[in-house]
Amino acid sequence: MGRYNALNIVWQALQGNQNWQRVWRDPQPKAHYDVIIIGGGGHGLATAYYLAKLHGITRVAVLEKGWLGGGNVGRNTTIVRSNYMLDGNAPFYEHGMNLWRSMAQDLNYNVMFSPRGVLNLAHNKAQYDEYARRGNAMRLNGIDAEILSRDEVLQREPILVTSAAERFPIFGGLLQPQAGNARHDAVAWGYARAADRLGVDLIQNCEVVDFIQQGEKVVGVTTNRGDIYADKVGMAVAGNTSRLTSKLGLHLPIESHVLQAFVTEPYKPVINGVVTYGGGGHFYISQSNKGGLVFGGDIDGYNSYAQRGNLPVFEDVITAGLSIMPSLSRVKLLRNWGGIMDMSMDGSPIIDTGPIDGLYLNTGWCYGGFKATPASGWCFAYTIANNQAHALNKAFTLDRFAKGYAIDEKGAGPYPKAH
Amino acid sequence: MLRIKCPYCGTREHTEFTYGEDAKRILPDTDASLDVWNTYVFARHNVAGEHLEYWQHTLGCRAWLKVQRNTLTHTISWIGLPQDTPPQPEEECS
Repeated sequence: MGRYNALNIVWQALQGNQNWQRVWRDPQPKAHYDVIIIGGGGHGLATAYYLAKLHGITRVAVLEKGWLGGGNVGRNTTIVRSNYMLDGNAPFYEHGMNLWRSMAQDLNYNVMFSPRGVLNLAHNKAQYDEYARRGNAMRLNGIDAEILSRDEVLQREPILVTSAAERFPIFGGLLQPQAGNARHDAVAWGYARAADRLGVDLIQNCEVVDFIQQGEKVVGVTTNRGDIYADKVGMAVAGNTSRLTSKLGLHLPIESHVLQAFVTEPYKPVINGVVTYGGGGHFYISQSNKGGLVFGGDIDGYNSYAQRGNLPVFEDVITAGLSIMPSLSRVKLLRNWGGIMDMSMDGSPIIDTGPIDGLYLNTGWCYGGFKATPASGWCFAYTIANNQAHALNKAFTLDRFAKGYAIDEKGAGPYPKAH
Repeated sequence: MLRIKCPYCGTREHTEFTYGEDAKRILPDTDASLDVWNTYVFARHNVAGEHLEYWQHTLGCRAWLKVQRNTLTHTISWIGLPQDTPPQPEEECS
């Protein structure tokens, strides 16, 4: 499998595009690996890639129960940002931004990272002051942030100019200019291909049903394709984390909730960047490169493992959207879908050596896991390789709840449905 | 839309209700160890399957209800008052 380049594309085109090779192999699982990663989503694939690339661990298997990238990495609103306020979060996500910028070159795969800006709308003075505080905290952590006046907001996103009778008048906004979007599927495929090229076994249709323990230590997994042993087992299974850890008698600070997202038919460009609305409702929207308006809102609000949402939240999201962009009422919705989020008790993730020997945890991404894909994989790989957290994820421990070091960006308390 | 049969008001749409939480969590004694309290506040069984949970009929009679709902299918198999127990024990499904 060669590298992708322009010459390659021309050469293949001249042959009628008949000779492209498989993008990754389809290996049979071996009996033993150095590291098993459960979950072939963005985080799992990124972890495998960085394990092989940065830590020289290539006897790695990624076990995916369905197909690669078929879970939440293929079901999100593709927003990439690092506009976090708290110290535990900000450097981690900013490291992720750096990885996003070089990802396409690094993976030799076009992930279409597009730093078109993420704009948080403020609708009153109090919200504006709150954003100013967040913006200042971001700048202190070396993250770009600009506070915008109403006029600047409207100049940037003219579609927000509504009418004299604005339901929720815009006061100003907070902009992270270097945030933006990326092509979500390409991120999964890019990491998969790059990991495969480094010798990682990507094993699809391989569902982990239980762990194999020797004494306390986790030494492997039972799958529908047989037992597979490994020195270390890492979990990156998002909403299914609790289902697996319950096999070990572990009950984590995680609840699974469904989050819906929506996409319209393609339209000509109407929105420049990502716009988020946290006033009278919750709504975030951007326009894909194909022209579809991609948007979402809150989670449905009760525990769910069903990858489909309910209509009342659908209505809430659309209502919130219409209150800031009435012109949306004319667009045609193409699809909506749901993904199962691993909602943590403080809205922040866990990347940690497990409470059981041989087990490593990567969970609690709530509904912000996509942007974290590279940083999460990078830190999780470090944690697995070195048996300890990197400085960037040292705050994301499992025992932070017991110790009173929760990282509660929103200040909502231990209520997963509120984050 | 879930349809929840309130024992006082009859069958209503779930938008009249507010989701509470996992109803199997039991408040520890005030002098219980920090470990016990940590488990109570933060740890969840997060069951995939039959889940016993609280809902409040916020826009109705305001009563708190105990509901057994399947988190995979959203089928509600039993509804009672907080002091009631469902006829069959909740399965630790995965």
